[in-house]
Amino acid sequence: MRAEPLVEVQNINMTFHSPEGEVSALKNLSLDIYPGEFISIVGPSGCGKSTLLNILAGLFAPTAGQILVHKKKLLGPTSKVGYMPQSDQLFEWRTIWKNILLGLEVQNKVTEETKSYAQKLLNSYGLSEFKNLYPSQLSGGMRQRVALIRTLAINPEILLLDEAFSALDYQTRLVVADEVKQIIVKEKKTAMLVTHDISEAISMADRIVVLTKRPGSVKKIYTISLTCSDKTPMKCREAPEFSDYFYSIWKELDVHV
Amino acid sequence: MSEQATVQVSAEHLAYQKRVSMYRKKVLATQVAILLAIIVVWELAATLRWIDPFITSQPSRVLRTLVSLHNEGILYKHISITVMETVVGFTLGTIIGTFAAVLLWWSEFLSKVLEPYLVILNSLPKIALGPIIIVWVGQGVMAIIAMALFISIVVTILGVYSGFSQVDTDKIKLLKTFGATKWQVFKKVIFPSSIPTIVSALKINVGLSWVGVIVGEFLVSRAGLGYLIVYGGQVFRLDLVMTSVIILSAAAAVMYQAVVVVEKYSLKWR
Ligand SMILES: Nc1ncnc2c1ncn2[C@@H]1O[C@H](COP(=O)(O)OP(=O)(O)O)[C@@H](O)[C@H]1O
Ligand SMILES: [Mg+2]
Repeated sequence: MRAEPLVEVQNINMTFHSPEGEVSALKNLSLDIYPGEFISIVGPSGCGKSTLLNILAGLFAPTAGQILVHKKKLLGPTSKVGYMPQSDQLFEWRTIWKNILLGLEVQNKVTEETKSYAQKLLNSYGLSEFKNLYPSQLSGGMRQRVALIRTLAINPEILLLDEAFSALDYQTRLVVADEVKQIIVKEKKTAMLVTHDISEAISMADRIVVLTKRPGSVKKIYTISLTCSDKTPMKCREAPEFSDYFYSIWKELDVHV
Repeated sequence: MSEQATVQVSAEHLAYQKRVSMYRKKVLATQVAILLAIIVVWELAATLRWIDPFITSQPSRVLRTLVSLHNEGILYKHISITVMETVVGFTLGTIIGTFAAVLLWWSEFLSKVLEPYLVILNSLPKIALGPIIIVWVGQGVMAIIAMALFISIVVTILGVYSGFSQVDTDKIKLLKTFGATKWQVFKKVIFPSSIPTIVSALKINVGLSWVGVIVGEFLVSRAGLGYLIVYGGQVFRLDLVMTSVIILSAAAAVMYQAVVVVEKYSLKWR
């Protein structure tokens, strides 16, 4: 895995200005992300996790420092990076198929080739028969899968997921996490998942980055290795090492109620 | 969903469906009964001289007036003039108003600058502008359309603009992560997700356009339902006034239903 990093976050700072004053959200945050790995970001709420993902998605530039993707400075949204929002954000007035083509439409890349790739994704993940339905006709789990395929359709190298499952109920969430992880592994994507659920992070990730409280910077990085029969997140939860990771990350987060 | 309904229907569900349909019929029957009762009581009261039909008119006279207007061949002229003015005023109000709302959305600076002016224009009773419009546009159909336009346009701008600004910011963010331009954001998410708001603005506008047209006809016109109403009032022909008001209600209801049909069609994904 230790090839060239796909993404290099180099010493970034982020300060927000508003009439109420200024907020330093990120401070001296550095992180390398390698191709094919699954990183989870955990940290106290308000520590800048979403801010980090927004910057990686190219929505705004850090106030200091830089991001390199394949050694090239990130200057704005790019099709190399795919972003998955908190809830699925499917457009209710578009059919499933039209929703999936959204990113391609915006990037003016609707061609026979990209369409057949999108169709292939739909087929492999059991959604082709729902192609012409509207989002309101699908269950929460299926909608999440559609949202993932919408992001995959632009063929990004890295996927950013910001609490992508938090809108789902617990059972659905476990199943969807399994599916999403499988899809990401199968499509050989790199992924970065922000979550406040430590178990979810441990069960899905290769590495877990714990952030300090605001202004966020990297506090500790865990490399997760679990002994479990198959590598699905659900099964990984039963691994013997699971609770040790849970306990030390929990302590690292230093939650006071 | 509908598939389940056709597959297997239990006896209880049939009973339930029957109850629902009975209830609907009951509502409709009561509505019709009220209408008939009003007509009958009105007619009786006038015939028996409980009320003076000279100032209240009565259904049979309304009918007679309708027939004679029809025979004189002027009924449709008046209806069509008023309907035309309303449709034109309404359409212009909707198009120009929506366009202005787009400009406000496009430039936050512009919307901040214009906010107090819009608030004042919105609270101003537009009818007060009537004489000014007449002086500027002249005593004609144009003045009436302008009246309808003025009455509906501010509401349209504010309604549609607030629809635009209520669009889920996460949806906009999603588009931006794909690299969307401002125009793409508008086309792909702002406009389509505001359609429900726009349509409800249209519903209000239909009513307002009628107000504008009738007031306009009161002030300037030589034809139209509003003209018939004022004229009838001036020469104390209450039959003519009542007949025109009833035709007006019918025409307004038809136009409102047309908007409802548009609404149904544009929201088929629900
Ligand atoms: N656009 C913004 N303008 C001003 N402050 C912001 C903005 N976005 C985030 N913040 C602030 O930055 C801090 C970090 O926010 P965020 O990244 O959303 O935290 P997290 O996702 O870790 O809960 C918070 O204090 C938040 O109020
Ligand atoms: Mg967040």
